[in-house]
Amino acid sequence: MGLFILRRLGVMLLTALCLTFIVFWLTNLYPNLEKLAKTQGNFRMSDEAVSSYLGDRGYLQPMPVKFGQWLGVMPGWVTEKDDGKTFGRCFSEGTPEDERPTRCGILQGDWGFSTVFKDEVGSTLLTRLALTGKLMFWVLMLMVPSALIVGVLAGMREGSKLDRSLSTFSIATTATPEYVSGVIFIAVLASSKFGLSPILAEWGWIDSKTLFFGSATSAMDDANFWNFFLPVLTISLYGMGYIARMTRASMTEVMTAQYIRTARLKGVKFSDIVLKHALRNALIAPFTVIMLQIPWLLNGVVIVETLFNYKGFGWLLVQAASNNDIELLLAVSVVSVVVVLVTQLISDIGYVYLNPRIRIS
Amino acid sequence: MEPLTWTGSLSGLNIIFTAVLVLLALGIVAQILISFVPQTDARAVAGDGTMASNQGASGFINMIVNYLFYALVGITLIYLVLGVVMGTGAGILGGMARQFLPVWTALIVTFVLSITFKRKLGLYGKLFDSTVGMIGFAIVMFWVFTGVFGGVFDLLVTHDSLSQVSGMKNKLPGTPLRGAEEGDYQWFLLGGDNLARDVFSRLIKGSWVVVKIAPFATLFAFMVGITLGLPAGYYSGRLDTILSFLANLILAFPVILLFYLLVTPEIVLTGIPNYMALFLFIFPLVFLAILLNSRFYTQPSFRTPLLIVVLGVGAWLYLSMVSSDGTIVETPTYSIPGIPAALDLFDIGSGILVVFVSVVFVNSPTVFRIVRGLALDIKTRDYVAAAQTRGEGPWYIMLWEILPNARGPLIVDFCLRIGYTTILLGTLGFFGLGLESESPDWGSTINAGRRLLSLYPHAAIAPALSLLSLVLGLNLLADGLREESLRD
Repeated sequence: MGLFILRRLGVMLLTALCLTFIVFWLTNLYPNLEKLAKTQGNFRMSDEAVSSYLGDRGYLQPMPVKFGQWLGVMPGWVTEKDDGKTFGRCFSEGTPEDERPTRCGILQGDWGFSTVFKDEVGSTLLTRLALTGKLMFWVLMLMVPSALIVGVLAGMREGSKLDRSLSTFSIATTATPEYVSGVIFIAVLASSKFGLSPILAEWGWIDSKTLFFGSATSAMDDANFWNFFLPVLTISLYGMGYIARMTRASMTEVMTAQYIRTARLKGVKFSDIVLKHALRNALIAPFTVIMLQIPWLLNGVVIVETLFNYKGFGWLLVQAASNNDIELLLAVSVVSVVVVLVTQLISDIGYVYLNPRIRIS
Repeated sequence: MEPLTWTGSLSGLNIIFTAVLVLLALGIVAQILISFVPQTDARAVAGDGTMASNQGASGFINMIVNYLFYALVGITLIYLVLGVVMGTGAGILGGMARQFLPVWTALIVTFVLSITFKRKLGLYGKLFDSTVGMIGFAIVMFWVFTGVFGGVFDLLVTHDSLSQVSGMKNKLPGTPLRGAEEGDYQWFLLGGDNLARDVFSRLIKGSWVVVKIAPFATLFAFMVGITLGLPAGYYSGRLDTILSFLANLILAFPVILLFYLLVTPEIVLTGIPNYMALFLFIFPLVFLAILLNSRFYTQPSFRTPLLIVVLGVGAWLYLSMVSSDGTIVETPTYSIPGIPAALDLFDIGSGILVVFVSVVFVNSPTVFRIVRGLALDIKTRDYVAAAQTRGEGPWYIMLWEILPNARGPLIVDFCLRIGYTTILLGTLGFFGLGLESESPDWGSTINAGRRLLSLYPHAAIAPALSLLSLVLGLNLLADGLREESLRD
């Protein structure tokens, strides 16, 4: 088991390195750098001015060298101007000579400086991640139990009416991407002119203009049911159908097993069969699916945070990518790649741990 | 002129329709509840000694639900048929039903022909044995016909999808066209968007963008996945390790991040999408060449002309796809010449090419994993061992023994994946990536409509519901196909 985890960790590190290099390469292509120079300097820069701006800031070094500096395994660039000013990757002009570090990169904990937010990337990332963590927590709290309940109810009697209705429901949710369900929810539940809210307001059932809030901006500081439920529901719904279908498949398989028939013949109550005999074995497969679903939720988070204007990690990704904020975008990709890989690792280990039929020596 | 209501002079039917709908919902709930109660099969012995079993309460409810369902379908048909007859007299729905007349005709012809000859049509014919499959197929074909008729022949649209009409900004569905001339269509059936364009016409034009890109992108992804996945599964070993690592690499990328990295104007300038197109579009050609060569290499006199013809046409199509205006890669500093513009069969706009390439790129690793898994499973079968003993070549075994036997899951996944590709295209449009901002595709329209969502939701809701119905149709179709392919 230890060797297995070690090997997986090795592969994971290699994957993370490759992926970050690809992102690094794509964001450091010349047209991107040119755009960066023009947005930081001015838009009417000549080509020579652009290349001297980039050259001074170490952007024109070979790609592997830049990558090494960003990682922190190679010494950062130092530029000496003709007028004697010296500045480098790790220090500015005013830093005294003996306080200048040679290396600064991810390994030293220096994530760089965001050009959009005019702030350290590390701290920006942490605040946004905390907000998205809150969102994800509630998404998981809503999605996982309801998906499991739907799946178990559908799978315990295959082919029954309940099964068919719930299966249709799960197919419908997997066919509804977040930007569709979000739009429909906002129109029906959070519009002052359309859908339910005007009717409810007319009847005097709600005090405010709309039932739910169409924007989750206020939920960043103070989340309550009315401003936070719609984004949470929108993300959960898309992932829920898939988990429910997997749970149903594994439940129907378990329900046809020999030991279930034995239990039935012994005269065990049906509810006991489902809860004590079937459920534990049926939940092994969904566990993997749930873990692998987390990277998919990341997509949902980006869409929903854009749609509901919730300024978390997904919103940060959109801001960084559309404003060509290279260091922020790199940090965002590192985080999302790590999330993907760690969930894969947990799902692998958990599968081996949960399923007694698989033993890795 | 008066604004149109939703159902116009058919509004008397609405109350019946609502009643039937509510009763049906109640009936289904009752059905579910009663399925928890154990069934008592009361058997009645008649005087003549025969025995009949009583259906009981659940049978009774089932019967009612069935009738209600037929009533619902019947009323919907009445709406549609009367709508086609009365046009806008039957309100917005009637007007739309009449605009869609060519689509209805094509659908009816397709269904009548398919159901008549369903026993001769293989798996496609068997689809018409499953209700779910038929519903899915009908929805999918509805959008396909809409896309083709509206996008290619300009039949269904009521107004130009790009022209802005003054005074129609954010108008509600059914608003009469201001300053309409004699020959113009008199209404904006689904209202106007925030740039005063007709939502209905944009919806139809948008369906063509999806119908045009999604199936082909999925097909290309399948070609890549099959060509790489079969050898990975069949040979295993080092090849498998390397290819799987690469596939996992792409899969570990969050899709949206990948799109943001690939589909930006700056990356298009570097020519990377063109290189990716060069690489990805060659796979169908490779696939065809191997497929035909492995089958016919024992008959060189037949194989050589066949390959020359097939590969010649294929190469021409390939070069037409990758090159535009006589160049394959066009960057500010250098360019690679392609075939001259006179020989170029069709031009894919650079926006569409980027979208196409990135969607294929995102989809192929998943297809690769599925094909690899199937190949790993099937290569242990006896008929593969028999072919090996016969001395067949590895590519023959992969393409003519393993692949046909993996077709069931692959066809099902193909349908699901077209739906997923549609969702991806919508995502790209939603973030305003790739396609131009005035493009009528559904994702871009949702993106444009979401800013005014709480005040004028109709501009975003219409494409959202269309996308939902198309993907749902594809999922139902896949479900029907799975059911039918498991049966044989």
